[in-house]
Amino acid sequence: MMKDITFGQYFPADSIVHRFDPRAKLLLSLLLMIFIFVAGNFWALFLIGGTVLTLMMISKVPVRLYLRNVKSIFPIILFTSLLNALYTSSGTVLLKWWIFTVTTGGLTRAAFMSLRILFLIFSSALLTYTTTPNDLTDAIERVLKPLKFIGLGNAVHTMAMMMTIALRFIPTLIEETEKIMNAQKARGADLESGNLMHRIKAMLPILIPLLISSVRRAYELAEAMECRCYHGGKGRKRMKQMKLSRADYIGSAVLVVLCACVIPINLFL
Amino acid sequence: MDNIIEVKNVTFEYDSADTSARQVLRNFSLSIARGSFTVILGHNGSGKSTLAKLLNGLYKPTAGAVTVDGMDTADEAHEIDIKRKVGMVFQNPDNQLVASVVEEDVAFGPENLGMEPAEIRLRVDEALKAVDMYDYRKSAPHKLSGGQKQRIAIAGVIAMQPECIVLDEPTAMLDPRGRSEVLDTLVRLNREKGITIVLITHYMNETEPADRVLVMHDGEVIDDGRPREVFSHIDTLKRAGLDLPQTTDLLYRLRQAGLSVPEGVLTVEECVQALLPLLTEVR
Repeated sequence: MMKDITFGQYFPADSIVHRFDPRAKLLLSLLLMIFIFVAGNFWALFLIGGTVLTLMMISKVPVRLYLRNVKSIFPIILFTSLLNALYTSSGTVLLKWWIFTVTTGGLTRAAFMSLRILFLIFSSALLTYTTTPNDLTDAIERVLKPLKFIGLGNAVHTMAMMMTIALRFIPTLIEETEKIMNAQKARGADLESGNLMHRIKAMLPILIPLLISSVRRAYELAEAMECRCYHGGKGRKRMKQMKLSRADYIGSAVLVVLCACVIPINLFL
Repeated sequence: MDNIIEVKNVTFEYDSADTSARQVLRNFSLSIARGSFTVILGHNGSGKSTLAKLLNGLYKPTAGAVTVDGMDTADEAHEIDIKRKVGMVFQNPDNQLVASVVEEDVAFGPENLGMEPAEIRLRVDEALKAVDMYDYRKSAPHKLSGGQKQRIAIAGVIAMQPECIVLDEPTAMLDPRGRSEVLDTLVRLNREKGITIVLITHYMNETEPADRVLVMHDGEVIDDGRPREVFSHIDTLKRAGLDLPQTTDLLYRLRQAGLSVPEGVLTVEECVQALLPLLTEVR
């Protein structure tokens, strides 16, 4: 059960979106998110949203997976639209009760904000469903590479290395947690019942051994890395090279043009 | 045959408040011949793991010197060269794999050496084939068995094309099958690629493929010779706190009981051959 939550939310499938260069995918989803905010009217928002929805359709990831993401964020959408509906006073008044006034302007504003959040979630889900955590880490490292010109090259490498190691050790540590939990249960530990305080206390005999063993693992891993000539990012070359294909260029160009269209639509429609 | 590693009059102390446990090795000397298969046997606390970490400069001697191909491990300038020549494999396979894809983990060493991507690819494929794990190159390490993970760790070292591999109890956490997978791999690397192997263990039946066996006890070498010679010195082995292989122990007891059976028997097959004449005598 616990193993399911470990690998981000990558959904393996063979689609154009999956095959897209991870660096380009990362930057383009950032671009989409920015332009979801740039979009100032419904026409612009529908253009960007339509693009996101089209990409979702061709990603071969089941729609219910995208909707699952919406479920967790639903309270925020509700809260935002409620605030917008009640505090915008433009257009004709539809309802007046005590201190609350609902206007047509308020309702359109609420719908607009809700759609914004919805598309925002869809575009981030699009990235994480179609890119493995490893590719994502690699992409982040490569995209941030230019930071070396302002003296942050080593910081970028260290961050990426930490993410790689974290991804590598998540399943190992989960396996270990399960082992420790079973060992403590065998000794009569009660992990499931009692109030919140009681349960937190019951977690201590699991967390402490886990922490100690993680520190030991870290120490051993550091020695093993040193033995394999690791000396930071300096002079390190990667085996896996990322190369932009024709499809990557064409796809990127199309998305950039679509995003650019938002600006004239904002101004003239 | 020349020596790839020379340990000369080395003393090693840990930084510890407890003075009695501090000094692990005292005036210790050892040479490892190029292309040899050396097994170092010893019980917990015999100083064998410390010795392993001294061999590639992970630890620096407190006094004396360790040289690899004439390069002093205490000299920072040679650090990378030494670690590339003398690869190291540790006990816990989980704690030495860095990446979550097998081939990317094997590539880690060559990547650190700044090789060209095409050359790294070539070495990774070759290393994975050498340990018979090429079919698993896209797998995630946590889905593999202990023996397979340890072979990936060995591949990671081979990809740096070392001249010597030091293994610190590589089979201690493995099941019998994993143990023989790893051992077979080591024998093949030694015989086919001429890689010097230094295997540190407390399993005596892993000494079989060795050209030379050293027995360590309390930071000293108390026996040194061919496996057969070492195995005939039962009392020394017992003093080192080692568990005798069942075959050796059986023949030892029979000899104590006054029967004439040969000394220095290692394998089950040899043991059977030694026992057969006795059975015909009885009949």
